[in-house]
Amino acid sequence: MSVSAIVVMIIGMVLLWGGLAASIFHAVKSSKANKAEDLG
Amino acid sequence: MERSTWGTRAGFIMAAVGSAVGLGNIWRFPYVAYENGGGAFFIPYLFALLTAGIPILILEFTIGHRYRGSAPLSFFRMSGKKAEWLGWWAMFVSFVISVYYAVIIAWAMRYTLFSFNQAWGEDTEGFLFSDFLQLTVSPGETGGIVWGIFIPLVIVWVITLGILLAGVKKGIELANRIFIPTLVLIFIVIVIRAVTLDGAAMGLEAFFKPNFNAIMDPTVWVAAYGHIFFSLSVAFAIMITYSSYLPKKSDITNNAFITGFANSSFELLAGIGVFAVLGFMAAQSGVEVADVASAGVGLAFVVFPAIINEFPGFNGLFGFLFFLSLTLAGLTSLMSITETYVAGFTEKFGISRRKAVAIGGGLAALISILFATQGGLFFLDIADYYINQFGVAAVGLVEVVMVVWILRKAGALQDHANEISDIRLGGWWKFSLGVITPIVLGYMMFGLLRLNIFQQFETDTGNYEGYSNMFTLFGGVAVAAGALIFGILFSLGKWHKNYRYYDEHSEHPAKEKE
Repeated sequence: MSVSAIVVMIIGMVLLWGGLAASIFHAVKSSKANKAEDLG
Repeated sequence: MERSTWGTRAGFIMAAVGSAVGLGNIWRFPYVAYENGGGAFFIPYLFALLTAGIPILILEFTIGHRYRGSAPLSFFRMSGKKAEWLGWWAMFVSFVISVYYAVIIAWAMRYTLFSFNQAWGEDTEGFLFSDFLQLTVSPGETGGIVWGIFIPLVIVWVITLGILLAGVKKGIELANRIFIPTLVLIFIVIVIRAVTLDGAAMGLEAFFKPNFNAIMDPTVWVAAYGHIFFSLSVAFAIMITYSSYLPKKSDITNNAFITGFANSSFELLAGIGVFAVLGFMAAQSGVEVADVASAGVGLAFVVFPAIINEFPGFNGLFGFLFFLSLTLAGLTSLMSITETYVAGFTEKFGISRRKAVAIGGGLAALISILFATQGGLFFLDIADYYINQFGVAAVGLVEVVMVVWILRKAGALQDHANEISDIRLGGWWKFSLGVITPIVLGYMMFGLLRLNIFQQFETDTGNYEGYSNMFTLFGGVAVAAGALIFGILFSLGKWHKNYRYYDEHSEHPAKEKE
């Protein structure tokens, strides 16, 4: 594979899979915070 | 009557992702990307995701959550009769899609079994069209029923309607919580095997190698927006219906981001898997990847079986996993499409869910037999083209223009989403919906209208796929127009008394008006 194809593949993975991971992480974090708020 | 709700947030997200992830993610996206600049396609694709896909998802999630009804009921509660027809139009578009989509799942189900002994033989194209589909008639003729399709079709409908009968939480949510992780797991196994094949690097090179000149071409941008639009199950009435089952306290905006990114993440995974095996096929045949690259039915049911024949080992297992993944991706989408009219009929006529499933689902199942005949592929092909281009895309265009510019509800919906979501919507959301999406969809629609009205396809008749004027009119145009006409007709009737009035400040508005 050429360097340009490898770079695009890695960027695509980082942006899309990273975007998914970041939004799930945000959801988990805010749900924990909400639970703590409800209890507190 | 208390409204059904999802058991958990994860359950809702799984269902929304299950709806978005369908056959198109596997057999459409890789080829669209490859044809439109390869790796460079990710630039317009990401723009389209962030300026059209996710904003429309947020819009539909917000409409469903705020007005707490199926698409027709939500639009009725938003602005009365002048908006209700739009919900019915979207719902009837879904109805049409469900009747032929079920047949494709039936094909995939049958091919799952064929995989064990590669029953398709060496001539995979001949097997598909002559032996399996028994396509011996001309477009417009039905011929006899093909029992090899009819039987799995019955199974597809029994599974789908059975899940819907079980309800939102115990049916749709539970099924998606099982099907979606299974689908992802299967696809990861497929991708791992695919990238370790000889020639896989050649396929991945073809898929990812960027042609940056392509992004200067406006048609590439239209292809990116068009793909994102069709891929996310927006303008189908699905996301409005699904979000109407969310509890009052729900983070709408982040749910839309998760759904959008999950759908794109799966597409990327599918692209890697598909092009790795296409590279393997090209290497085996001593040809270029361009010679084996294809999309749609041809890719799944002709090229993939040929690739499975060439596999160095475990051919049956790989085929089984691939067609099982198509079946699962299809089933999760079909249940969401069918749920739109089950919910719509339940609310409009005040009938039980059981009756709505039996009437709506039963009618769809009955009509779908047309596509299980010898001429079924032609009916499927033309209905699919017209309902997607002049159903889904047209509903999407009208939806954003109506909500933002005519009904002027974008502000109120933005306030509602911001009130309950962590990520606050700013000006980009309204700009995306009010300016970018209408311009791109409008441009796309203008091109499509010109192509069809002036018969500018490069075929003998000038029509799509060279079909005759009569078949195009009755098999395609009438089907797409029918969805709109039925939509308008259904909006003329009154709502059942339980749903006629709405107090948006109440948790259970319908119950309190009984």
